[in-house]
Amino acid sequence: MRYSAFSVFLNALRGNKGWAPAWRSPVPKNHYDVVIIGGGGHGLATAYYLAKEFGVTNVAVLEKGYIGSGNVGRNTTIIRSNYLLLGNNPFYELSMKLWEGLEQDFNFNAMVSQRGVLNLYHSDAQRDAYTRRGNAMRLHGVDADLLDRHAVRQMLPFLDFDNARFPIQGALMQKRGGTVRHDAVAWGYARGADMRGVDIIQNCEVTGIRRENGRVTGVETSQGFIGCGKLALAAAGNSTVVADMVDLKLPIESHVLQAFVSEGLKPFIDNVVTFGAGHFYVSQSDKGGLVFGGDIDGYNSYAQRGNLATVEHVAEAGVAMIPALSRVRVLRSWGGVMDMSMDGSPIIDRTHIDNLYLNAGWCYGGFKATPASGFCYAHLIARNEPHETGRAFRLDRFARGRMIDEKGVGSQPNLH
Amino acid sequence: MTSYRLSRGGRIDRAKPLDFTFDGKPMQGFAGDTLASALLANGRQLVGRSFKYHRPRGILTAGAAEPNALVTIGEGGRTEANTRATLVELYSGLTAKSQNRWPSVDFDLGAINSLLSPFLGAGFYYKTFMWPAAFWEKVYEPIIRKAAGLGRATYEPDPDSYEKCWAHCDLLVIGAGPAGLAAALTAGRAGARVILADEGFEPGGSLLSETAPVSGKSASDLLAQTLAELADMPNVRIFSRTTVFGWYDGNVFGAVESVQKNTATIDPNRPVERIWRIAAKQAILASGAEERPLVFGGNDIPGVMMAGAMRSYLNRQAIAPGKSTVIFTNDASGYAAAADLEAAGLDVAAIVDSRPDAARTWSGKARILPGAVVVDAKGGRSLKGVTVLNNGRTETIAADALGMAGGWSPIIHLACHRGAKPVWSDAKAAFLAPQAQEGLTVVGAAASIGSIEACLADGAGKAASTLLALGFSKASAAFAEKADTTIVSKPLWRVHGSKGKAFVDYQNDVHLKDLGLAVSEGYGHVELAKRYTTNGMATDQGKLSNINAIGILAEARKVSPADVGTTTFRPFYTPLSFGALTGASKGKHFQPVRKSPLHDWARKNGAVFVETGLWYRSSWFPKAGETTWRESVDREVLNVRKNAGICDVSTLGKIEIFGRDAAEFLNRVYCNAFLKLPIGKARYGLMLREDGMIYDDGTTSRLGETHFFMTTTTAYAAGVMNHLEFCAQALWPDLDVQFASSTDQWAQIAVAGPKSRTILQTLVDEDISDAAFPFLSAKEVSLCGGMLTGRLFRISFSGELAYELAVPAGYGEAIADAIMDAGKPHGICPYGVEALGVMRIEKGHVTHSEINGTVIPSDLGFAKMVSTTKPDFIGKAMLSREGLMAEDRLSLVGVKPLDPATTFKTGSHILSEGAVPSLENDHGYVSSSCYSPNLGSTIGLALVKHGPKRHGEHVTVWNDLKNEYTKAVLCSPVFFDPENGKLHG
Amino acid sequence: MASLIACPHCGPRPKEEFTVRGDAGITRPAPDAGEDAWHAYVYLRDNPRGRHKEHWHHTSGCRRWLVVERDTMTHTIHAVSDASAEGATA
Repeated sequence: MRYSAFSVFLNALRGNKGWAPAWRSPVPKNHYDVVIIGGGGHGLATAYYLAKEFGVTNVAVLEKGYIGSGNVGRNTTIIRSNYLLLGNNPFYELSMKLWEGLEQDFNFNAMVSQRGVLNLYHSDAQRDAYTRRGNAMRLHGVDADLLDRHAVRQMLPFLDFDNARFPIQGALMQKRGGTVRHDAVAWGYARGADMRGVDIIQNCEVTGIRRENGRVTGVETSQGFIGCGKLALAAAGNSTVVADMVDLKLPIESHVLQAFVSEGLKPFIDNVVTFGAGHFYVSQSDKGGLVFGGDIDGYNSYAQRGNLATVEHVAEAGVAMIPALSRVRVLRSWGGVMDMSMDGSPIIDRTHIDNLYLNAGWCYGGFKATPASGFCYAHLIARNEPHETGRAFRLDRFARGRMIDEKGVGSQPNLH
Repeated sequence: MTSYRLSRGGRIDRAKPLDFTFDGKPMQGFAGDTLASALLANGRQLVGRSFKYHRPRGILTAGAAEPNALVTIGEGGRTEANTRATLVELYSGLTAKSQNRWPSVDFDLGAINSLLSPFLGAGFYYKTFMWPAAFWEKVYEPIIRKAAGLGRATYEPDPDSYEKCWAHCDLLVIGAGPAGLAAALTAGRAGARVILADEGFEPGGSLLSETAPVSGKSASDLLAQTLAELADMPNVRIFSRTTVFGWYDGNVFGAVESVQKNTATIDPNRPVERIWRIAAKQAILASGAEERPLVFGGNDIPGVMMAGAMRSYLNRQAIAPGKSTVIFTNDASGYAAAADLEAAGLDVAAIVDSRPDAARTWSGKARILPGAVVVDAKGGRSLKGVTVLNNGRTETIAADALGMAGGWSPIIHLACHRGAKPVWSDAKAAFLAPQAQEGLTVVGAAASIGSIEACLADGAGKAASTLLALGFSKASAAFAEKADTTIVSKPLWRVHGSKGKAFVDYQNDVHLKDLGLAVSEGYGHVELAKRYTTNGMATDQGKLSNINAIGILAEARKVSPADVGTTTFRPFYTPLSFGALTGASKGKHFQPVRKSPLHDWARKNGAVFVETGLWYRSSWFPKAGETTWRESVDREVLNVRKNAGICDVSTLGKIEIFGRDAAEFLNRVYCNAFLKLPIGKARYGLMLREDGMIYDDGTTSRLGETHFFMTTTTAYAAGVMNHLEFCAQALWPDLDVQFASSTDQWAQIAVAGPKSRTILQTLVDEDISDAAFPFLSAKEVSLCGGMLTGRLFRISFSGELAYELAVPAGYGEAIADAIMDAGKPHGICPYGVEALGVMRIEKGHVTHSEINGTVIPSDLGFAKMVSTTKPDFIGKAMLSREGLMAEDRLSLVGVKPLDPATTFKTGSHILSEGAVPSLENDHGYVSSSCYSPNLGSTIGLALVKHGPKRHGEHVTVWNDLKNEYTKAVLCSPVFFDPENGKLHG
Repeated sequence: MASLIACPHCGPRPKEEFTVRGDAGITRPAPDAGEDAWHAYVYLRDNPRGRHKEHWHHTSGCRRWLVVERDTMTHTIHAVSDASAEGATA
């Protein structure tokens, strides 16, 4: 069923009884050309693009919980393509371009809202780093502006410019950055994939991977064995757990990142703003809640919950940036499990098993990457060749000394 | 007719009237009122408008679950939006305003949305607003954003203060209702350290509104006696107005105490709120139970209220809900409310009991309608009556108040914060707390126990066994065992046949049909239904709505609520202010300040300071008449190169290294050789990470056979110290080596320039001539005729003849003054980090602008420093990877504009002359730049592909952000005195 | 994460005094152990769901590096020892 204002109108007249399920609940088939493990944003996007762009429709997405129950449903909804390095910059820009056409493409309003992302800077060194980054963006045709203090003040007069410790000097802005209604991304991709024949199978936990003659033949699941021609991992924070099933050791650690939402408020802040003198970023959802977050808790964790000290640090940074937040109340905190890689950049690659593919290592940047990740991964799976734009995200780059380390902190994931 | 205050009764203090305003209208209440009860007393039922349809809404509950009565209180920087009127302790001078309405709460134009509601069902926005593409952000979204949200936050800073502290106890009791009080009393008598926390301003929970006798006493007497006994126990602390908001790993509970939220006159010396992090050996959760609303048409009309809330308002604050009340119940507690109303002389028009065959003991006047349901409530801004479906027959009953009693849900929020899932019980018709979790015991109504006596017994009994397990051998229950005989009814998740909208989540306007739509569209999973319909996402986090939504989803999916399950309970139990979470860490206390021992010296010499991490460093020292920072910096640079300058370098990390194996250790943590560094010598060292990248640099001096002194960069001081300790303790515990950070113990002063030796010699007792103290000498020296001992190093960052002198921190200022005095005839000047930066760029010296975590030694021209003979050092093994040997790695060069009148900035990229700007043609970037007064031009250091092979090549320095495209030439990174003549001078 | 870490030198202390580094189950290879061994040491991680040995530094205490055995699901700490006694990483 095509969604439109007209369909909403017609259905309303019929008492809203005519709506069909957004996706089916199929019984798994015995065999698929491609099985994707993980019904999060990346897994669903991969299925969607496999079907839509590469004509591969005999596909199943296996999700151990409900679709979107992982990080696509628990992030701070920010999209941006303000990256520095050659491996990342074009990839995230591809993602941004896909976001820009996404809703019309998959006929689902994910509320892509390009309200501008501002990264504040507080020192000459930060300004210089942003100058380098902004120019790298411009070299690829990505929009970037370096704002001085005055220009930032025009936009966000309620920031504490004269912060007693770290006065704000200016900001790097990407106007095209913004936010997206995160759950709707999972639903839109799921619906689009389902419509093209992909089976989305929820409550289906993969418990083993069957191999014969060095090739994957299928997966053992809580709903029985499912055979496949190709197997694609997209398990984010649980990548290691799945990779263990084929004795694949990954350059990944799982860490918890907390995020928060405040009570609903009338329009308070229009842009996405990140604090440069502490760990804090914030935007306001269309529903009115301030959605914000900070740094990862710092230790390996598979539990979707964090600790109180990190909550306090995030609030302290928030009030340092916007003193008026003090009387705003925080409604809820939650935690997502991040697949932190050893250089802070992701992996989209083949593996030592020639029909097994890997998509992992998204750190806390996976949401914004969803469309490009799905697109490039689908290309890799369908053609067995990396897409030009995702070519750098190789699994062997660490062995080869070709790390893509935006922060320059090396192989300690909790510093990325 | 609406609610009003009865002339007597209640626990309010009628001798203490309190004046407040609502929407500007003056009103009066009494001490003991909440804002909600005071509004009811003033006949104010309609207090808010709903989120989506702007429906008129009244006060529904008497506690934390309140979805409707959200108001904005306070003025200016104290404005607090979305405040639950039910939790606000009334005070004189309180100002409250209704929200989400225009022009007024009584007449709100937004209510037109109600007419459009067929088109605004769950998730309608996902299906529309897509065409034309540009319209979402320009037209649709701004309208939606404006309409959404509830209260308006202030942009003014908060004038008040907050604090945070730790508390430790044997037993934390959460909730001071019957079960919690019994637990606290049991624990207090056993001698345990007890904290009893309760969110209300008056402890007691349900005892505060109970009229029936409890254990042969009146509930209020029992409460008073218990509180009196607890108050006399020094080992028991009662935290009232304190909400426990989260249960964290390690049995730490977060709690927030309202310290000055009940007054308009704030004492600035005390916080308004205080966060407690309570480390409890054991905790008892006695958080009570929440009454369930019933889902029928118009169940949101002002005048409809929870029956338990009605009872609470009646018995605590002497509020009559109206002239004539209908009770709609599925449970015995509806009858308790009816009895109390009648006892107060109020009319109960009917008790509509959905259970056809329940055993009832009712001796009141009101008629009972067994097996009947309220299908629709009637009225607009206030309740007029109800339509009852009684055995197939419809009847209308006039009423201005309706009490709903849909059964009880244990409040198990906190018990689920650490990942365990609630368990559905058919017998209790409720979700119960997860079984047996270490550190937390659930008691009383929170454990689904019905009667007050049984709650007392349960709290006391479970506390006693918890304490025995903790080793309090004389613990015994303060109340005798008592079986719970409460009969639990089958839940009524929804009423069939309603005409009006039947709300499930009041605040978010989620009604019955929305949940049905979610199921038919495939969003039937409880988490998907929540996300699709927004049920349970309002500021009450589904305290009232979740259980009914689960029941409704279960019915629609034809499964048990056990199969639907709950959404995830997460902190916070009730919303928590940023201010409380921030505590005192704000303003200048956001981060600690580090000041050099020479800070005051620099200040009195006129320094301009700059934040460098936590440090304040002196950036330059303007002189009278200088109008720009560049003027000052240029003068300082020229003066140092011509005469001499003095610079505070105390912020550099300083580490004392001792031990028999100190030399061997250093040899392993630096990539260059340190084993044979002679005593009395300093050496520049490069420290790598295990992945081969440079981690930090600095000089290390050998002061004795087994004593070294390491300096690190300012930014990496702590990191290097941790790293050294890791290497020594975890990697090579067999080496005899020890460390002590002495960053704060030494004031360190650089004295640089051709006249530095002459100046310093006047203070240093030993001979420091070039012969006696050549470049890279490092020695302890006697100063000022033996008055003081310091450490002198002949090292240079500026490229001049230069020294660094370290003296105990307390002597820093005196020595700096002495150097200034001695240098005055020689033209000495203080210089800051800006001038230092210029001089190091002139000399091609790198800092963390170049050492950015992605460079290896050869990238910076240090290939020769990497030992090929040492068997092992940190980073050695990984340096031979293909990517680190690649020809085209970015490598250090100098860059300067072809026309000295032009300039460029750090962060600009390097493109071949004439190349099309693209990432593929990106050849590197300017890592540092400055104006060199010695060269009369901007100069820069850059990391460029094939850099060292391209000296002399013309390039474009590309800064599109500033529209600055500078023609420049690549060159040696050493711009000044390449032969190092001055250094050795 | 537990709120207290029982430092073998200082007793139970708030975790805010400690700094986590990462996996303590990996052993620094011999200098000539070869590319694969070094790659595994620097970049590959077991990353278990369950018990995990990791290095924590008692930064604001005795400044000893400790090996903490902790569950990555429950955050329960099972054992703490001084890293030098562990010997496994030398």
